[in-house]
Amino acid sequence: MKAKVRLFARLSELAGTREAEVELGEGLTAGEVYQALCGRYTALSGLKGSIRYAVNGEYAEPGHPVAGGDEVALIPPVSGGADAV
Amino acid sequence: MLFEITSAALDPQRLIDHVRKDESGAVALFSGVVRNENLGRRVLYLEYDAYPEMAERVMREIAEEAMGRWPITDVAMQHRTGRLKIGETSLVVAVSAPHRKEAFEACHALVDRFKEVVPVWKKEVWEGGEEWIEGEAVRHE
Repeated sequence: MKAKVRLFARLSELAGTREAEVELGEGLTAGEVYQALCGRYTALSGLKGSIRYAVNGEYAEPGHPVAGGDEVALIPPVSGGADAV
Repeated sequence: MLFEITSAALDPQRLIDHVRKDESGAVALFSGVVRNENLGRRVLYLEYDAYPEMAERVMREIAEEAMGRWPITDVAMQHRTGRLKIGETSLVVAVSAPHRKEAFEACHALVDRFKEVVPVWKKEVWEGGEEWIEGEAVRHE
């Protein structure tokens, strides 16, 4: 049972990839998917406080359960538009 | 309603035409344009990244919130991705309403809300460096 993970902006540069797969084992939460990814891409470590999660394109709490086939996104603080945020 | 993340140049007139209805006496339009300076640094260009499928969904959600709060007739939003030069348009928000007050207010609120929740990010590139600009972090307990 695997989930697809998508990374954006600074997180994708730190990891060196925009997509990854995580083995869910007995089941993981969105926050645990991030922790699993930190083991593989150590540059992602220590950012827990600033990351939001999305599961299947909707914002989700870190404790949100992830099912096989779900798409989990790691969302750094957003900064769209042109002027200072 | 129209919500789009695109790498193509934005066309504000297209959004104006899209939201204008026969009952609309006002169309408010906001364009976010790349500026040549930030925090005293001379900006060369901006690079935008987005999670397009989610961004389009979240844009629809905030537009529906605005439609519930103000008597407006339609909303359209577009954000561009990729490398944008100084003077190019990164964001366009158009709102139509019977009267100007609601059009201005809803357009202003939608731009603010966009910058809080829509998954789009910008990297600023200046002479001698670059940085992903990050908005307010949402703290988890």
